Amino acid sequence: MVTTLLDARRARHIAAQVPDPEMPMLTLADLGVLRDVEVREDGTVVASLTPTYSGCPAMAEMRAEVAARLTDAGYARVEIRTVLTPPWSSDWITPAGRAKLAESGIAPPGAAPRGPVELTLSPTRRTVACPRCGATDTEETSRFAATSCKALWRCRACREPFEYVKEI
Amino acid sequence: MSDDHVYLSLAEGHDDSDARWAFGTGFEDPLHGVDQSVPEGTDTAQLAAYCLALGDDALVSAQRLAQWCTAAPELEEEVALANIGLDLLGQTRLLYARAGQVDGTGRGEDAYAYFRDADAFRNVRLAELPNGDFAFSITRLLVLSSWRLALFERLAVTTSDPVLAAIAAKGVKELAYHRQYAAEWAVRLGDGTEESQRRMRDALAAVAPYVDELFAETGELKAEVLAVLRQVTDAAGLAWPETAPVPGHGRDGDHTEHLVPLLTELQSVARAHPEATW
Ligand SMILES: [Zn+2]
Repeated sequence: MVTTLLDARRARHIAAQVPDPEMPMLTLADLGVLRDVEVREDGTVVASLTPTYSGCPAMAEMRAEVAARLTDAGYARVEIRTVLTPPWSSDWITPAGRAKLAESGIAPPGAAPRGPVELTLSPTRRTVACPRCGATDTEETSRFAATSCKALWRCRACREPFEYVKEI
Repeated sequence: MSDDHVYLSLAEGHDDSDARWAFGTGFEDPLHGVDQSVPEGTDTAQLAAYCLALGDDALVSAQRLAQWCTAAPELEEEVALANIGLDLLGQTRLLYARAGQVDGTGRGEDAYAYFRDADAFRNVRLAELPNGDFAFSITRLLVLSSWRLALFERLAVTTSDPVLAAIAAKGVKELAYHRQYAAEWAVRLGDGTEESQRRMRDALAAVAPYVDELFAETGELKAEVLAVLRQVTDAAGLAWPETAPVPGHGRDGDHTEHLVPLLTELQSVARAHPEATW
């Protein structure tokens, strides 16, 4: 029993260290896509991952990398499960993950919207601080960017463009 | 790292047994490791057909959005349309995978996407119409994303299939961004120059006759969706046109002449190389 607990903690630690393929400054734990790691009585490690977006092309890579690292660490039987519910929310990015994003010049997301989705057509003032200079005089240039989870913004103070992880 | 060949360097250090080359080959079941059980008492044929139809809407829409690549008015819009298409393609993959589990054939996503002919597709016809100008594509995106968002919000809490409910709940968050994007553009164009306003009016007139079809199965959503569309047209200084619907339903396999060429292009590589893996 004690062995299993220790084993589970070690397995969790290994899976948690796997970097996200698209934002490699974050681990899967930082990003909140690693939902659970357990070790069954027969020694099988079961790691559960959830996709950030339905079309996230990095899911297969994440699965393969978690399985490979656990196998390399000596776990003979590894099972990767996909968890679709509850759906991933940017609220699950950990404080450590947010700090790493900001250090890399990517603005972390604000609080995700909740409840029924309303369409707002009046200009909404959202304050996003520039991850480089901290100024809040910033503007969105495109709600969609190089990956599904990010938008493009620009800082009017330091004139630098930056990416911003969207709230979902 | 050898940088003389970008693809070789991407593949470096990955032996052949491990199919994860640059997100490229060996795409596996997108529902890998998800509990596949179907609730007792489910009409599996009906559930599979429904997943397939919702997947077809998304696949055909994704293909039309991808056709904007290299043709959009600005790079930012091209990136946006491609991202929206990618979300829809992700929804397609999940829905096709679920259909294959439920209909008992165990077919994978490729079988549905590449090896069915147009008469087997059940997408709504609005999705297959050619892209037209930017105003038409935006108007269509506005209508389809508003409808699909309302539908998925409903499905997430009403369907008895937990997998479809989860796919819908996830899709809601994505579709909210799609609708917001399309609505803002519709307002900008409608409230823009004389030319952009004229194009928006033409786009609304071209899209409206295909809107009734969306509510053939889900009439209860019509008022809610039309209220959103009117909110947008009001803000854009336009009127939602009252036009007679075009008879027929994509869900019954009635399609316009535009679906065959779209699928011919989409399926050409897979059909030329049926043994290929991606
Ligand atoms: Zn700045």
